[in-house]
Amino acid sequence: MNSRRPPFAGGRWEHVVGWLFVIPALVMYGAFVLLPLLMSVQYSFVRWNGFGPMTWVGLDNYIRVLEDPDLLGTIFNSLRLVVFFSFIPVSLGLVIASIMHRTATGRYGALARTVLFLPQVIPLVAAGIIWGRLLSLPGLVNEILRAIGLDDVTRAWLGDFDWALPAVGFIGVWVLLGFCTVLLSTAMTKLDPSLFESARIDGASWFTEFIRITVPLLRNEIGVCLTVTVIAALAAFDIVYVSTAGGPGNSTAVPGIQIYILAFTEQRIGPASALAVMLTALVLIVILPFQRLNREA
Amino acid sequence: MKIDRTELYGGRALLLVLMTITILPFISIFMTALHPSGTVPRGLEWPADPQWGNFIEAFNVANMTALLGSSVYIVIAVVPISLIISTMAGFAIGQLRIPGSRILLALFVFGLTLPFGGIIVPLYYLERALGIYNTRLAVVLPLIGLYMPFAVFWMRAHFVNMPTEISEAARVDGSTLWDLFWRIHLPLARAPMASLGILMSVWTWNQFLLALVLVEDPTERTMAGALGAFQGHYATNVPLLCAGTILILLPTLVVFVLFQRQIISALLQGSVKG
Repeated sequence: MNSRRPPFAGGRWEHVVGWLFVIPALVMYGAFVLLPLLMSVQYSFVRWNGFGPMTWVGLDNYIRVLEDPDLLGTIFNSLRLVVFFSFIPVSLGLVIASIMHRTATGRYGALARTVLFLPQVIPLVAAGIIWGRLLSLPGLVNEILRAIGLDDVTRAWLGDFDWALPAVGFIGVWVLLGFCTVLLSTAMTKLDPSLFESARIDGASWFTEFIRITVPLLRNEIGVCLTVTVIAALAAFDIVYVSTAGGPGNSTAVPGIQIYILAFTEQRIGPASALAVMLTALVLIVILPFQRLNREA
Repeated sequence: MKIDRTELYGGRALLLVLMTITILPFISIFMTALHPSGTVPRGLEWPADPQWGNFIEAFNVANMTALLGSSVYIVIAVVPISLIISTMAGFAIGQLRIPGSRILLALFVFGLTLPFGGIIVPLYYLERALGIYNTRLAVVLPLIGLYMPFAVFWMRAHFVNMPTEISEAARVDGSTLWDLFWRIHLPLARAPMASLGILMSVWTWNQFLLALVLVEDPTERTMAGALGAFQGHYATNVPLLCAGTILILLPTLVVFVLFQRQIISALLQGSVKG
């Protein structure tokens, strides 16, 4: 990558002092992130209720997670959330960004970017509470459905076994769509305008432009959006905790929620930690392919 | 340019719909917050007699004075320290290129992917052992650690693009490493530091899980953490809950409107470089 000669090559003493600059950040990161991560691994191999003695149980906790449908189910739920938190905001964001690029370049586009970004800055807890209210039986969503004559589909969305997960996912779409749209549309404004101009002089339709120019050239940014949103989906906690707490039944339980319940209400530290380790590994495995997407671009 | 009118207006109309979907939830809970306490209002209905007092009641019930104090305390404890130590690390990795820079960078970048749920349980026991559980430090210290991946990465991106000639010139003048950092590079890094600071302030304000698990007393928590407790107590009183929610998210909206450019660019560039 960058092969410029470091300014302080040579002096050994200066390397030592240089390292001193990293130490504070490294210590905080090590003590409050890396150390707990290693402890998670350690806890995942023991039976422990939080205060008594620890008993080594080998892989038992992992086997328990894999065999208990309630625990393993949380991982499948979070993978289903990826569709909502990630694929929908990224693909919709791409479409919106390219529409913006063609039809709203000036102030209107800037206004749209600001507004769409709003849900990204408020606390996720607040987003959960707001939508908990909107998706309730007397809430706005049902009111609108009734107004357009869809009385039959109205329901308490977050309390419905089949609909709770998509409803939670929809909250994720609301939060993350703006982030993806703004990121992609900012990237589009940096693309060479002559590409679009020549396409438009040829009378290229929106769709042709989208498939031929926008998507291939934004490969890098698409990878970034996928990475950020997939992490948000797999690591989801705040929105789920506040809007459904994992219910009804276990229909919206995600690993974050299950770890919290196992460790802090059931005092089963072993399985909680096994799930935590699996979650951490899952995030790494899932986002790794997107990093390749980045590098190739 | 050949874009016909149908497409032009169609596209703009679509954006208008999306903006409405984004804004409508805020309007809905704002209207709900103005209804008489304890009622269950419809989604979008301006109350006959707006109860502005709900905001005052929510402010008092949630003990908002204490909460504001606690949140501000946590932000002030977290942000400056995180800023300075991540800038130092970014300087060493990006500008000095100390031996091991690549490995250090990879180590920090790894942290960007880490779900908080992966470490929350040991953090709880670690903090009990350290005797800081249920204090503000219980949130402050882990947050500093958790911000390091993004912060170091962000500052390194700035320093790696600073011409090394600046450092070489200073070296010829015989300045020490600390002088080089403090007098020359730190002032030049003001803009990326400001963006990072704003971003970390908002993240701290919005932090929920750490506050929920590591601090039992809601008045010692961050704003978002306290909102969780507030919801538990007032789940049935919809207007009051909405009023409390608005009070807690309002500061983030104000900060966003004021520092919109920095926040958006920091979030976008930060993730693109990541």
